[in-house]
Amino acid sequence: MIEFDHVHKHFGRQVVIDDLSLRIESGEFFVLVGPSGSGKSTLLRTVNRLVPVDAGQVRIDGEDVVTRDAETLRRGIGYAIQSVGLFPHRTVAENIATVPRLLHWPPHEIRARTAELLALLHLDEPGMGSRYPHTLSGGQQQRVGVARALAARPRIVLMDEPFGALDPLTRESLQASLKAIQRDTGTTILFVTHDMDEAFGLGDRVGLMLDGGLVQVGSPLDLLHAPADDRVRDFVGGTRARLRELAVRTVGDNMRRGEQADGDPVDAEASLQDAFGAMLTQGRDRLPVHVRGERVGAIVLADLVSRRA
Amino acid sequence: MPVWVLSAVGLAAAWFPAFVRVAPNRLLTGEALSPHAWLLTGGWLLIVACSFVTAPAGRWVLALLAWTGVAGFPLLAGADARDVLAHATPFTRVQPGAGFWLGWLAAALLLLDRLRGMRKPWQAGAWIAALAAIVAASALGAFDGLSLVREWQAQRAPFSAALGEHLRLAAVTLVLALAFGAPLGWWVWRTGRANGALVGTLAFLQTVPSLALFALLIAPFAWLAHAWPALGALGFGGTGGAPAVFALLLYALLPVVRYTVAGLDAVPADAREAARGLGMSRAQLLWSVQLPLGWPVLLAGLRIVAVQTIGLAAVAALIGAGGLGRFVFLGIGQGAMDMVLLGTLAIIALALVVDLLFQGLLALTERRA
Repeated sequence: MIEFDHVHKHFGRQVVIDDLSLRIESGEFFVLVGPSGSGKSTLLRTVNRLVPVDAGQVRIDGEDVVTRDAETLRRGIGYAIQSVGLFPHRTVAENIATVPRLLHWPPHEIRARTAELLALLHLDEPGMGSRYPHTLSGGQQQRVGVARALAARPRIVLMDEPFGALDPLTRESLQASLKAIQRDTGTTILFVTHDMDEAFGLGDRVGLMLDGGLVQVGSPLDLLHAPADDRVRDFVGGTRARLRELAVRTVGDNMRRGEQADGDPVDAEASLQDAFGAMLTQGRDRLPVHVRGERVGAIVLADLVSRRA
Repeated sequence: MPVWVLSAVGLAAAWFPAFVRVAPNRLLTGEALSPHAWLLTGGWLLIVACSFVTAPAGRWVLALLAWTGVAGFPLLAGADARDVLAHATPFTRVQPGAGFWLGWLAAALLLLDRLRGMRKPWQAGAWIAALAAIVAASALGAFDGLSLVREWQAQRAPFSAALGEHLRLAAVTLVLALAFGAPLGWWVWRTGRANGALVGTLAFLQTVPSLALFALLIAPFAWLAHAWPALGALGFGGTGGAPAVFALLLYALLPVVRYTVAGLDAVPADAREAARGLGMSRAQLLWSVQLPLGWPVLLAGLRIVAVQTIGLAAVAALIGAGGLGRFVFLGIGQGAMDMVLLGTLAIIALALVVDLLFQGLLALTERRA
């Protein structure tokens, strides 16, 4: 659990975080989204004390972070950044082992954990562990960066636009990996991005930040259906908000159970956006829905278009 | 193109000035002799001819001829000296003349030019082989007749002592420069005061002529030794090793500080940010990220500082710190050019050897990275 309690931060005369309070629950995937300069990265960096707050408190599990030794605190919190920041003179395995080594884990545990992470992040081609960062693609480097952040099994992971510099396909694949890992481990993730689609795709809850303050906090659907004001409405995309909504909602929640349809089926776990894409591809306005290979109902175009809460 | 220019220089050197000079004693300038003018002319013309051969063999023959020149010039001079001394007084001195030096230089530059573009082991091998040939010949006494060698034989004990002093001056300076300069550089880098008072002062010191700096230090060091006799007992004084090392240190600090800053700048900012965010302490960051990544830059700087210090240390002889500079200044005082040459060549050789050592070290670290 991370709590921001009336946090205030300014650089010189410029106020970067203005009396901000927020509570992030344990095991939650929380995304801070907002334009550059809104203070979201600064807020993230107050958690591991890379940025000291000027007023207010940041608490982890009820304990004010300034009472902890900064290095000990940081070793307990995963950290991944957009520029990755792999150590160029160390191999992939050594990079991943950074925090376990700082924590003096026994060597065999470090080896086992490194191998586990290489597999978890699909970096398990032979010889990957002994390669140097400059021989990797951008996507592979960021996978190593994420593995390094997760290495010591931190209960909290901070991620500052980690996928911002990647091409869309690589980004989607990494998002999927991260989401799956987070679900399996119950890690609390605080994730910063300026990409609304990324925020809605990943976040259990999303906080929209503008000019150093949180404008609205809620689930992706909350922000889409009940924007707090025009600024939120603009940011979530006006007319494109409905398209984003399709990406957040699943086929299973919106299908007509028991009804029949022709065509290639879509999975109940898929998003409505995927279903919409399949309809366009197949030229049909209704498609069968599968759960584990069994037809359970149909998804209908009219239901996607009609406004439903 | 460089082949023709260098061949022209070599041809001129073969005829115009003396190949060796024969003097009745070590203080007089001798009479000029050029006994190998036709041989050398033939050699250089052959080189010019080879430069017109387009086949790869021509290139190799040319390189081989240049190598023969580099290794052969000293042997020729040594043979001349032996011939002359066979029927001359024991005081007679045979020294290499301008023709020798110019021709040898032309051959060396030609070899350097021909080796360019070849693989590194070939280049190193050629020079090492030439050096080995000369060393082997000198061990067999091929150069014993040359005045430089006779000067060295007469001065053997003081020469070894001076070499030791010179090395000690340079080594102590280098260690102190690293001990003070690296932390200063780190501080300059951290506080971002690259143009501040410290660097300004160090840069100003670089502009003070070395002779003047050595002289200026005599008074304060004499006063120090006088005020604290304990320091005097440790060898501090207006003259001697302490002020010499201090002056050399003042010259060495600026490059060490600069290269430390450059080394720290060579560490990617994102790696530093990640290291801090993952919980490395400042010491761990320095030791396991900044040092390994910045070390090659710092080492390149130390190489320059080492060579510079070995050269500057020659002047230290003037304030009684000893070193190879003593031969230079004694020789100038006595008008004995052989002695000047002995000191000068030794300093150059020392600088080259140290330079090579640092290059080797640098190659080793780069291979690892």
